[in-house]
Amino acid sequence: MADNGTAGTLDVAWAIDWLRRSAAVVAENRVALIELDRAIGDGDHGENLDRGFTAILAKLDEELPATPGAAFKLAALTLMSKVGGAAGPLYGTAFLRAGTAVGDAAVLDSALLVAALTAARDGVVARGKAELGDKTMIDAWTPAVDAAAAAADMGGAAGGPFAGAGGPGGAADGGAGSGSDGAFGADVGGPAAVLAAAAEAAEAGAAATDPLIAHKGRASYLGERAIGHRDPGAASSALILRAAADAAAAASPAASEAGA
Amino acid sequence: MSVGLVIVSHSSQLAAGVVELAAQMARDVVLVPAGGTDDGGIGTSLEKVMSALGEADGGDGVVVLTDLGSAVMTAESALEFMGNPGNVVLADAPLVEGAVAAAVAAQSGAALAVVRKAAETALNLHGAAAGATGGAAASMEGGQSGGAPGGAVAGVAAAGGREAMGGGPGPGTAGGGAVGARSAAGSAPGPGGAAPDGAVTAVLTLINPLGLHARPAAILAGALGAMDVDIAINGADAQSVFLLMALGAGKGTKLNVTATGPDAQHAVDLVRSEVENGFGEL
Repeated sequence: MADNGTAGTLDVAWAIDWLRRSAAVVAENRVALIELDRAIGDGDHGENLDRGFTAILAKLDEELPATPGAAFKLAALTLMSKVGGAAGPLYGTAFLRAGTAVGDAAVLDSALLVAALTAARDGVVARGKAELGDKTMIDAWTPAVDAAAAAADMGGAAGGPFAGAGGPGGAADGGAGSGSDGAFGADVGGPAAVLAAAAEAAEAGAAATDPLIAHKGRASYLGERAIGHRDPGAASSALILRAAADAAAAASPAASEAGA
Repeated sequence: MSVGLVIVSHSSQLAAGVVELAAQMARDVVLVPAGGTDDGGIGTSLEKVMSALGEADGGDGVVVLTDLGSAVMTAESALEFMGNPGNVVLADAPLVEGAVAAAVAAQSGAALAVVRKAAETALNLHGAAAGATGGAAASMEGGQSGGAPGGAVAGVAAAGGREAMGGGPGPGTAGGGAVGARSAAGSAPGPGGAAPDGAVTAVLTLINPLGLHARPAAILAGALGAMDVDIAINGADAQSVFLLMALGAGKGTKLNVTATGPDAQHAVDLVRSEVENGFGEL
């Protein structure tokens, strides 16, 4: 049932593609993230994240995980070990909690995806003790989670009885079902659309950190001088969530329009 | 065996240095540094922390001490990765003082919770020591015993220290004063007597030659740490090895003991027994 078409399917291939795309986009934005961090932090965010995601690529060259959850846990362990700064345990915890949330599922449906994103965000909150509006990663993640949940709900309404039956049940069946049955037009409520909504909200959330005063991390020492600068963690969060959406769009011809 | 310690720092040299320092006071305790990133840079590494945790655990548990913010996060992440085992705990403590205090406690054979508490109360040392030397041992600033019992403690201890003054203003203090004065007058072997609010108190005199040095302090803190009690000796939290040592109480020093909580009587009896037996050193 897992190979019931690849349209919008969030399987392990998607998870690996997400990690690889994240590594690419972090490397591409390494200098930009360093400059954001230099303005209000200690200037190591881009370098640290790049080191972490480069290490993930090396790990993926050694062994390919078998499930999305295993891929998330590989990312968690690697980021926590290699990043060095606060981003390591924060992103590491996000991936760790996401991995725990999806368990052994071979494919994530929208409900499981939202659960994973929520668990990831909750992990960042628990680890960093930051709240919405503190000018941190949370300011990208919380809007993303809210948008993802809303997008998934639209699918639940549009999907009718099938989605109602599949939602609370198994993960793999729901994911494959929404891909094959519900894929009319732009995959409304499907995982690719959910990720696209999350990425868009994360980008808006990151941009909305510009006028904020920081209440966590080194930027909090700056007081009003942090105003006018984007939080580097929120910026990298938006990049990484966009990579997830792009990976889903690439795996799904039907959803690529929604993601573009 | 004893409780092991893991020192997590952004700097490998700092972690190694803290281990070196603490080891001077705790030769039998397993102290493992986990400093720096995997490639030797400044930062913390989950892998280093996890392998240090494995190395430090000899069966009695591990207390983890950390330096700055993300070291705490890495240590927390390591525990989460391991499924939050009950025998590994983080201490919210200053790195150097906490490590030394925890190492001393671990060396004495104290249990996991007591070792952690030793670390977490290490910084209060300054307040407690200053209070003691200033003659205001009644101050509860050094202890964690909480607000409500604290008032009674202050009253009793003050009365014990200045017995001629008798009771102070207010009914609570007057009661405490009576107890303190009676004990100080030499009736220590009797029941400590209960202050109006239920506190159990005693005034005892140290008779062993070295007084409340490291070993006796560890005996008391180790035993009291396992009890459900808030107990102070001359204003210092008696469940903390470090705070007891910091009293600098030598032979002949009077100890004002005040305890509240379910095990209060048991705790005060234990202190009395140890003090009167000279901690087995006579």
